[in-house]
Amino acid sequence: MSELYGLMAKFDTPEEVVEATRKARAAGYRKMEAYSPFPIEELAEILNFKPIIQYIVFIGGVLGAITGFGIQYYASVIAYPLIIGGRPFNSWPAFIVVIFELTVLFAGLAAVFGMLGLNGFPHPYHPVFNAKDFTQVSRDKFFLVIEAADPRFDPERTRAFLESLHPEEVTEVQP
Amino acid sequence: MAASTDPAEVPVLGPGQTYATVTDRISGVVLTKETPRGWLIGFGIAFLIVMLMLLSLTVLFAKGVGVWGLNNTVAWGFAIVNFVWWVGIGHAGTLISAILLLFRQEWRNSINRFAEAMTIFAVANAGLFPIIHTGRPWLAYWLLPYPSMFQLWPQFRSPLLWDVFAISTYVTISLLFWYVGLIPDFATLRDMGQNKLVRRIYGIFALGWRGAARHWAQYTRASLLLAALATPLVVSVHSVVSFDFAVSQVPGWHTTFLPPYFVSGAIFSGFAMVLTLAIPIRKFYHMEDFITDRHLENMAKVMLATGLIVFYAYIMEVFFAWYSANEYEQFMIYNRMTGPYAPYYWSLIFANGVVPQLLWIKKVRRTPWILFIISIIVNIGMWLERFIIVVTSLHREFLPSTWKFYAGTFWDWSLYIGTLGFFFALIFLFLRVLPMINMFEMKELVHHLSHRGKEH
Repeated sequence: MSELYGLMAKFDTPEEVVEATRKARAAGYRKMEAYSPFPIEELAEILNFKPIIQYIVFIGGVLGAITGFGIQYYASVIAYPLIIGGRPFNSWPAFIVVIFELTVLFAGLAAVFGMLGLNGFPHPYHPVFNAKDFTQVSRDKFFLVIEAADPRFDPERTRAFLESLHPEEVTEVQP
Repeated sequence: MAASTDPAEVPVLGPGQTYATVTDRISGVVLTKETPRGWLIGFGIAFLIVMLMLLSLTVLFAKGVGVWGLNNTVAWGFAIVNFVWWVGIGHAGTLISAILLLFRQEWRNSINRFAEAMTIFAVANAGLFPIIHTGRPWLAYWLLPYPSMFQLWPQFRSPLLWDVFAISTYVTISLLFWYVGLIPDFATLRDMGQNKLVRRIYGIFALGWRGAARHWAQYTRASLLLAALATPLVVSVHSVVSFDFAVSQVPGWHTTFLPPYFVSGAIFSGFAMVLTLAIPIRKFYHMEDFITDRHLENMAKVMLATGLIVFYAYIMEVFFAWYSANEYEQFMIYNRMTGPYAPYYWSLIFANGVVPQLLWIKKVRRTPWILFIISIIVNIGMWLERFIIVVTSLHREFLPSTWKFYAGTFWDWSLYIGTLGFFFALIFLFLRVLPMINMFEMKELVHHLSHRGKEH
């Protein structure tokens, strides 16, 4: 029956939020997330998060190549064999361009939709949007949220911990 | 990055910019109720020219391609010239957004957004031409492989079909790349919007972006991968366009150096168009802090480098015609230089070969109005180049009995000018409703520059 999603600390600089996240991690918190207006590589490293999008892109590319060759083989050898310039039906060197284009197309689609899917988009509602001042995350402020679902979370002690990191403000995030 | 720490260099970002000022300055152009009068006038003119395009298309669809100046000998006229020209212009956007991202060129950050917009709008125009050139555009879907009632399949050994795949992949990937780059900026507009409708509309496009570290990690990696995919793609697109020519037997087309020649020409013309757009835009919106003289100078350098490659190709064309000892090739060059299209050819040499040599001079590279004039000349020169390639090779081919003269008719010109209006109308709309500069990358740049300042 948690009435709290978590506690949110607001910081003014990227250095502060990186330091705060590092300390929170050291203090044993795991269910937390840092928010920033631009990508900060260290944050994901501290949170021990490794992106896996590259595997999806690779699979997309392989599927694209297979599709590219498959379409052309089927059309030129099975469905509609035509002799063009005395070449064999399966004249694969002439198929390279379309194979390449479809590899890039499928891999690109996998990159975009894989990224959106892994990030859970579209995601119109999220508790952090309720928090005061969170709209500044896309402008110039940095936030660290420790979720109430974290086993070490305690409303009082976690608040005291976050206060010790010298944030501009600590606020509650309602679910 | 020795160059950027040199105090004599113009910085890539004006002094005193913070995360907040960058955001407010760029989003302010979009999130204002007041539309500048200059915008209204510019958009109005462009919109009128769009009407000309619609009129030209209507006449074309009603009467057929006979309204153009095409004849049996020169069956590829303005439509293919304009197609190649527009595709080429698009290439600079991808080069800036993908290749320069992989090379970690920080100066790209403020110009990549509208260069990508330019790419998409240019490729949209480019895609139009082959479709209407088929004569029956409502059957354009026949180009795609699908199980049809006719039991026919496309001929996959033809470069013209490769083009279908290359261009459609290119436009799809460019659009996705552009949109992915816009997602965090949509979130900014959502968060900063003054009224509910604005917040709602941008919120829909932002997809719920909230800047989480885990999201950024997937996001930046996906962007890098997209860039790595777009880099060979952009090279392949104009190579495939050049195959349309090179795989044929026509004198002047049947050469192996056409792909690199076309790709460098594309980048050359694309950067010229970026300069044509960037110089007035930065002046009008007072964006000199973001698009500094350093950006203009770097783009001028790219133009000079690619311009030299193009000029080298012009010289090689002449050399190979002589060296091949093929009388048709030799006649083709002789006819280009002295035949009915000689004024076009020499204007092209002047515009693309001679004028860009001014860019060797630092003062020229640092003077926006001169750069603007050079960029216009190069745009015209690149159009002439495509005209020369298409028309001079075709109009006097192997058999003198088929020789014909070709000239664009009123409807050729009106459609070409109409697509220019369409392009600029889209650019105007883009400037009004989307952030013209990538805000989160600019903030990243502020972050990096502040760090570099501390280290020294």
